[in-house]
Amino acid sequence: MSYKVTEEGNIATIHLDGEIDMDVTEKAKEVIFPHIDAGKEVHLNLSNVQYMDSSGISVLIESHQKALEKSTKVIIKDVSKSVLKVIMMAKLEQILNLE
Amino acid sequence: MSEIAHQDHTEKKAFLVDTSSLREVRTFCRDVFEKLHIQQELKDELVLAIAEAAQNIVKHAFKNAAKPNELMVVEISCENNKLQIAFYDRGTPVDPKKVKHREIDNVKPGGLGTFFIQEIMDAVEFKDGKKPWINHLVLTKQL
Repeated sequence: MSYKVTEEGNIATIHLDGEIDMDVTEKAKEVIFPHIDAGKEVHLNLSNVQYMDSSGISVLIESHQKALEKSTKVIIKDVSKSVLKVIMMAKLEQILNLE
Repeated sequence: MSEIAHQDHTEKKAFLVDTSSLREVRTFCRDVFEKLHIQQELKDELVLAIAEAAQNIVKHAFKNAAKPNELMVVEISCENNKLQIAFYDRGTPVDPKKVKHREIDNVKPGGLGTFFIQEIMDAVEFKDGKKPWINHLVLTKQL
């Protein structure tokens, strides 16, 4: 998994690239969580993520819940069809902020 | 159920019990499903189910602490349009009664892998592992 982060004002945009499985979830958390902890609104762009397993879904849930605790939000953008299917299988499409 | 007649085929491969093997497991599955001409959407689902089962071996049967060179085997076979995926490992014996997913409406991290497997596959069965194996999981799906 690779990533790119851009910041503008209070918004951190994080582009993840690759397959998100248990092997990379710690790295994904290390990339995402500090921005949430800093109170930033995080835009998570998943257009280049073609595979995500339950570990990756857990990172999305944890990020969402962490953001609520910090009174901010994580917006998941440009989800690929294959990842959206997994999010829907987990019945999270109404819980997570998808755009 | 698919109207395509899938050719009978069997392949198996051993992988190190490690999170870094999960990508190799997926690649192996995709290659086999390509040979079986399984359509993309179903292929994605099957790959997810298999990868989740392999992840459970690393995470639960070995509690993320397998000995170096410890192996797990994944065997995919298709016979009469019935797909069977078998997993063999030598981790802690699995008690099938304790294999449960979390309540899906209780949103929290974790506990989804088994749910995905059950959603995708027709049947999930733990069989007695024959030596040298301890755990033998079999997933089946009618194509």
